[in-house]
Amino acid sequence: MSVTCVADYIHPEPTTFFRKYVWSYDHKVIGKQYLWTSLVFLMLGGTLAMLLRWQIAYPSQPVPFIGELLKNSFFFGPNGEVTSDGYLQLGAMHGLIMVFFVIIPLIVGAFGNFLIPLHIGARDVAFPLLNALSYWLYLPAGLMMFSAFFVDKGAAAAGWTAYPPLSDAAGASVSGLGMNLVLGAIFLAGFSSIVGGMNFLVTIVKLRAPGMTWSRLPLVTWAQFITAVFQTLATPMIAAGGSMLLFDRLFNSSFFIPYGLHIGAEKVANAGGGFPLLFQHIFWFYAHPAVYILILPTMGLASDIIATFARKPIFGYRAMVISMTSIMGLGFIVWGHHMFLSGLNPKMGMAFMISTVFIALPSGVKVFNWLGTLWGGAIRLKGPMLYAISFVAMFIVGGLSGIFMAATPVDIFIHDTYYIIAHFHYVVFGATLFAVFGGLTFWFPKIFGRMMNESLNKLHWFLTFLFFNLAFFPMHFLGEAGHMRRLATSTGYEFLNGMAPWNEFITLSAFALGISQIVFLYNFVYSVFFGPTAPSNPWEGNTLEWTIPNPVPHHNFDKVPTVYRGPYEYSGPEATALGKDWISQDHPPVEGVASNQH
Amino acid sequence: MDNHAQEFAPSFHVERRNLRAFGMWLFLGSEVMFFTGFFGAYIVARSAALESIVRPLDKTLGALNTLVLITSSLTMVLAVVFSRRGDRKATGNWLAATFLLACTFMVIKTVEYSAHFREHVFPSTDIFHGFYYLLTGFHGLHVLGGMISLGILWVRNRRGDFDSHYNDPIEITGLYWHFVDLVWIFLFPGLYLL
Repeated sequence: MSVTCVADYIHPEPTTFFRKYVWSYDHKVIGKQYLWTSLVFLMLGGTLAMLLRWQIAYPSQPVPFIGELLKNSFFFGPNGEVTSDGYLQLGAMHGLIMVFFVIIPLIVGAFGNFLIPLHIGARDVAFPLLNALSYWLYLPAGLMMFSAFFVDKGAAAAGWTAYPPLSDAAGASVSGLGMNLVLGAIFLAGFSSIVGGMNFLVTIVKLRAPGMTWSRLPLVTWAQFITAVFQTLATPMIAAGGSMLLFDRLFNSSFFIPYGLHIGAEKVANAGGGFPLLFQHIFWFYAHPAVYILILPTMGLASDIIATFARKPIFGYRAMVISMTSIMGLGFIVWGHHMFLSGLNPKMGMAFMISTVFIALPSGVKVFNWLGTLWGGAIRLKGPMLYAISFVAMFIVGGLSGIFMAATPVDIFIHDTYYIIAHFHYVVFGATLFAVFGGLTFWFPKIFGRMMNESLNKLHWFLTFLFFNLAFFPMHFLGEAGHMRRLATSTGYEFLNGMAPWNEFITLSAFALGISQIVFLYNFVYSVFFGPTAPSNPWEGNTLEWTIPNPVPHHNFDKVPTVYRGPYEYSGPEATALGKDWISQDHPPVEGVASNQH
Repeated sequence: MDNHAQEFAPSFHVERRNLRAFGMWLFLGSEVMFFTGFFGAYIVARSAALESIVRPLDKTLGALNTLVLITSSLTMVLAVVFSRRGDRKATGNWLAATFLLACTFMVIKTVEYSAHFREHVFPSTDIFHGFYYLLTGFHGLHVLGGMISLGILWVRNRRGDFDSHYNDPIEITGLYWHFVDLVWIFLFPGLYLL
């Protein structure tokens, strides 16, 4: 064996079913594995949210169908109602599943895997074996996560943040085997995420096709690159924090248990000497960057979609990259804004408030750039474009409410209320999931080689946009009125009684939102098998993946392409000279026309 | 493998060694963050406590282990150097030496652990021993991982998988092994001396 030219090396095409679909090294197949798995988890996680909403609107009333069926098991009581302990399990598990097992695998695992090599003109990622490994760590981790529901005392119930001593001390009622399983699952998923991030970084740095300079990378890939830095450097912190929590739980050490901790009248058995606040620092040092892992890749997806359907170059490509990079830099120094009310030194709170407010700058730059791209464009309002524009709109709402809670005086008032829930659902559902729907419909022709039904996409977009806002916007009002989150029954508090109609309204909207997803599910699954065959470049895009015929061959590119221009040269002089409004990145320079791109 | 490389005409070159070394450096960056979490927590626990939480450990065994690991880093370097020269026999011997030193480290660590267990000192005893077991435990797991890699490398080297052009696995295992050594260089003073 000699020093091989890896850029051109492609692992042999698999012949057996097992190597083709199960233990596959092909980034496209691994991307699809991530896609299907995380979509299934998305449905399950969404179901948990529906159960939560039922309990909030109709406290202690039997859940129709499911509750009747599963009386006295999981999180249901004797009448099929959600018990208060069950409610806490549902809340914690909904958050953990959505963050670690749905959004991150969906936008990084699925889109990153499928798009990065195609976007940079590579035959595969740098380490195909590690890529397969990262999926096969993620799937068992996900199953481990769900297995927590089946053990004694049920799943984790200390909130998705798993703050000690509630998640930690042996005497706390929420501590069972389920919590250990969940921590183990997070550790595994984290490992999978680190391996994946490292793989993407090497791929993007080393395997770009000739001419694919950093300033010609599609923003999708830029966003994945920045996300991968987060994954590689921040995820180990949750592994460290989670390990310490597990150590406390399994070996009775007391990293997070202070001296003389009592639960009720009983003193906990641990020796003490630890610091509960320390866990919050470690957790948020990871989990705040994780919040950006949840949004950055979708900023990339939306940028590509918006430029393609506005038929214009992206407005401020450089500013887009710089703002994403500054979001990354700032993302590492803002974690304390989750802890304003945790007993943090107020001076620290001030520092974290300032760094947090600074994040509004790059975020604002991005929003204005998207609007600038739309401005004066020949906009084609196809399904993916509707989703992408909604992404921007919802991101503005979620971003603005974020500025309020970044200010310490305001946060004291709205901390741990429904205002917070409204905020992060506007970002993670409103922005991220809309961009995911946009990305799925946009790249569907490349991923599955078929077209989705455009009318059904538009119907699904309309229903989701409507019911999403009906469900989550009123939560701002509830939060301002002081409605606490993580409250199994609000009937015990007199001042919350007036909000019961709102809660019912939100729940009904949430159910409608959930049911609307059936439109997408049907359209997606039907189109995978029976959709009309897609042309290789249905949206007339410039980036390299659209130059490949459908279905994408195993080795991606017959010949590694040479790149001559940036990804968003829509309606430019070269394209016009060819008599169209787009020109592929690998189209040789048009003679006699000055290229206007670096 | 080479057939495929010919099938698609090469257009630009990336050496696989650079690729793998880069990947390993990134992985080590991630590992640094992992241990930073533990060290950071340890620093907080020590500096925030009103009185010293430190309990004495066996300095002699700790120092001996430091010596063993530093020596193993040297033997690892020699293995890498000889593998670059394509000297299979010397490579194999130095890999074996590194492996044996790693075993020595683990034996000494076991002696220390069993002494603690006899005296009923566990992670639950106090906060210091919690950190002691946490840090040395995770470091020990990394040593174990290194030992498995060294064993596989030794077998592959014997089988003739490596020559002067292709020794990437030895190179990157070398990087990893120095990292494991380096963690101990921080652990030893942090837990045993200071």
